[in-house]
Amino acid sequence: MSNTFAAFVSIGFHGLAFAMVLYLISVGLSVTMGMMGFVNLAHGVFAMLGGYVLTSLMSRMGVPFGLALIAAFLATALGSLILERLLYRRLYGGDELDQVLLTMGLIFMSVAAATYVWGPLQQPMHPPRWLSGQLDFGFRSFPGYRSFLILCGAGLVIGLWLGLERTRFGMKVRAAVDNLRMAQSVGINTSRLFALTFALGSGLAGLGGALGADLLAINPSYALDNLVYFLIVVAVGGLGSIRGPFIAAVLIGIADTGFKYLLPELGAFFIYALTMALLLWRPRGLFGRA
Amino acid sequence: MLQQKIAGLALAAAALGALAMPAAAQTVKIGFIDTYSGPFAQAGDELDKGVKLYIKEHEKDLPPGVKIELVTRDDTGPNPDVAKRVAQELITRDHVQLLAGEIASPNAAAIAPLTAEAKIPFVIMNAAGVNIPRISPYVVRVSFTLWQISLPMGQWAAKNGFKKAYVAVSDFIPGHDAEAAFTKGFTDNGGEIIGTTRIPLSQLDFTPILQRIKDAKPQAVFIFVPAGKYATAVMKAWADLGLKDAGIQLVTTQDVMLDEELPNMGDIPLGIVSAGNYSSAATRPQNKAFLSAWNQAYTEKAIPDMFSVGGWDGMAAIFDMIKATKGKFTPDEAMNFFKTWKNPESPRGPIAIDPETRDIIQNIYLRRVEKVDGRLANVEFETIPQVKDPWKELNPPK
Repeated sequence: MSNTFAAFVSIGFHGLAFAMVLYLISVGLSVTMGMMGFVNLAHGVFAMLGGYVLTSLMSRMGVPFGLALIAAFLATALGSLILERLLYRRLYGGDELDQVLLTMGLIFMSVAAATYVWGPLQQPMHPPRWLSGQLDFGFRSFPGYRSFLILCGAGLVIGLWLGLERTRFGMKVRAAVDNLRMAQSVGINTSRLFALTFALGSGLAGLGGALGADLLAINPSYALDNLVYFLIVVAVGGLGSIRGPFIAAVLIGIADTGFKYLLPELGAFFIYALTMALLLWRPRGLFGRA
Repeated sequence: MLQQKIAGLALAAAALGALAMPAAAQTVKIGFIDTYSGPFAQAGDELDKGVKLYIKEHEKDLPPGVKIELVTRDDTGPNPDVAKRVAQELITRDHVQLLAGEIASPNAAAIAPLTAEAKIPFVIMNAAGVNIPRISPYVVRVSFTLWQISLPMGQWAAKNGFKKAYVAVSDFIPGHDAEAAFTKGFTDNGGEIIGTTRIPLSQLDFTPILQRIKDAKPQAVFIFVPAGKYATAVMKAWADLGLKDAGIQLVTTQDVMLDEELPNMGDIPLGIVSAGNYSSAATRPQNKAFLSAWNQAYTEKAIPDMFSVGGWDGMAAIFDMIKATKGKFTPDEAMNFFKTWKNPESPRGPIAIDPETRDIIQNIYLRRVEKVDGRLANVEFETIPQVKDPWKELNPPK
């Protein structure tokens, strides 16, 4: 019996750590899809960029972990802002197929660019000494870095929700997601709002990619390899929702870890089955609007 | 279909051409296929260094007037299509007389049928997939098979107080070989396997599976994954989850404990036991001589490993064949020489080719990670002399 319990705790713990990374990366994608109706398949590129910034700063220049995380957030936010102004903006409200082609192209360019700059090998991520090893919680011990990941992710999620519920900026974002035309007619500068939201969402993805470099290994084909995970979280959670992707990330994270733990031979098969079942039951996702 | 036919015709033409035209003047052309890009580039670099070092040290020993020309090609990793194409080009366009190299088993398996068609001897310097020499009579292998290494590992574990073991391997052919061989060696000697897991190659996060092993509380765990990023990821999860502190002994193959990776692993691997055919920490005089040549040619930082020694010994076989035939040989003469080739002076100890299987007979060493002069090293502590590939004895050709 205690073995079953140990397995249960293990799956829950590692699943939650994975869920935090998935959520941080995907929430921005959900908001930009819901708000601007823009199919940004290249969202994972920002997560990858965050990961590269963190690993390069830490291993090549010896920058401390905390500073490198902040740098990863700022660098991806800034980078995405430039891309938004130069490329994305031109296709807002455009044909979805055009958007898919543009962002798929960006993914392929990111693969080539990352190979050119950082080489084809995976980037090593060494968590700081105080986070590596085991943390003893009395009844059992847990890996330190993943415990930190769960706490840090939870903190960011709460901050994000409070920010969207309680600040003026959050109010504008919610208004624009709910009804774009009405938001424009009450005088909200939606173009600037789009850019800021896009940068924030991409910055969060960069942060998620950096924090999760330990779980989703940073290598040039990152954006392509993990695209399915990010899309599943958004599709299951529901477009334009903040909470939906969280529930979806927890569901997917725990289910994926559970199957890797119990039936690794079947690979990721069950994730797709689960996704299909959920979408057949609720085609617009768990929290999607009709 | 049409393309295959054309390729087949081209090959046949090349074979005819090679037969009609005696080996060109006194230059022996060798097609060397190695991995220089992609995730296995590190292994390819080690192999390349071993081959080039042997040539540099021994070029002067060739018979007067005989020269060798190495035509080098990149197969870009475990990529059978590319490997087959470059082998085809080497045979039909460059008219090489020998093929050599190859890191990845799927590639070697794709090249082997071509060597049978075109009658080109193929000296495999690493690819360890157990049945490859059976695909073509023109294949000879100087590296190892996973059966040869994992079976002794299982025997040792069972005979040294470990009764319950867990087995986790990568879900591809070498992984299946390692799993079956370890399980046989372990259970034949009274051990019990309490769990077996095959991990998809697409999965690089080993934490869930190592957590499961930790929860299962075995006395020992046997893990086989390919060298490089997989091995690094396993060691990372091993450290994060504290399996060593939980009293679990890791036993593995040399792929996970590569000599040149050890310095990057901190103190985590101390005490891990692995089986292998070569450790750069070996104190044999032949290895000392090899290391001193190596350190002179390359910087102190580069550490030779099983790939380098595979390249070195493969070149030794080719050089000995050229010396014996004065550089003029037919494919069958070359193969007849390789089949009985012996080298008592290899850095890894005495080696010989088994004429029956064209696979290598060699010592298998059990090694433990210890600190030597402040650096981690795989220290050999037990030798199992002159091991033949056990799989071919258990599975005679039909």
